[in-house]
Amino acid sequence: MEHALILGVILFTAGLMTVITKRNAIMVLIGIELMLNAANLNLIVFNQNSPGLSGRFFALFVIVVAVCEAAVGLAIVLRVYKYYQTSEPDQINELKD
Amino acid sequence: MSLLTLYVFECLAGVAALSILFVRNVFHAALLLIVCLISLAGVFVIYNAEFIAVTQILVYAGGVLVLIIFGIMLSSRLAGKPLQVKSQYVLPASLIGIFSATSLIQLFYKQQFFQQPVAKAGNPITQTGIALMSDFVLPFEVVGLLLLIALLGAAVTASSFYTKKQ
Repeated sequence: MEHALILGVILFTAGLMTVITKRNAIMVLIGIELMLNAANLNLIVFNQNSPGLSGRFFALFVIVVAVCEAAVGLAIVLRVYKYYQTSEPDQINELKD
Repeated sequence: MSLLTLYVFECLAGVAALSILFVRNVFHAALLLIVCLISLAGVFVIYNAEFIAVTQILVYAGGVLVLIIFGIMLSSRLAGKPLQVKSQYVLPASLIGIFSATSLIQLFYKQQFFQQPVAKAGNPITQTGIALMSDFVLPFEVVGLLLLIALLGAAVTASSFYTKKQ
């Protein structure tokens, strides 16, 4: 049993609860980043067991995709904030006015 | 010594991640996220993934933190006041969190994943560079293209230049 797996569980749970509880779209993005990093940690820990390097490259590509997600997500948050004057996800419940 | 460093980095990452749940200020949450991610980079170094650790620090401390802080500054209504955020659905979220954590930990304890780590010969950075240009060249190029498209899309989405003309 590796204790880094426990750290992965803690990170994933904290990210999941942040996504559910916080009433701000930026906090939701922070929670998603935490969950992606928990997956990354698991990939790197399990790669210790295999002779190849595939897990590390998977983690590298996950980091790049996380950056894409953060950039596009924050752009959408700013756009929605300009229109609705709020960044609380529950209040934005229509696509067209 | 290495084990002690590993414990320190892991405790730092876990405490920072858990305290994101309890802070009210979004700016403090962003700073705690960076503390957590940099400690994770330290954990990656101890698990022999140096290239991933350097990428993590470069990308998150240089890119994502700046993006998140821009997002916080541009979306706070009252300038000069910190952006406070309230919590909702606390009880269902804690139930879901306890359920997912206990089931994952139980899963990890039931499976015997680790007999002993496989020793990898050679310099890991050299191997990473060679593999990135031979075996993994297609995903490397595809992910570069994806990054370009996503950043262009983010710039177009956030700017008001294209919507005011019509």
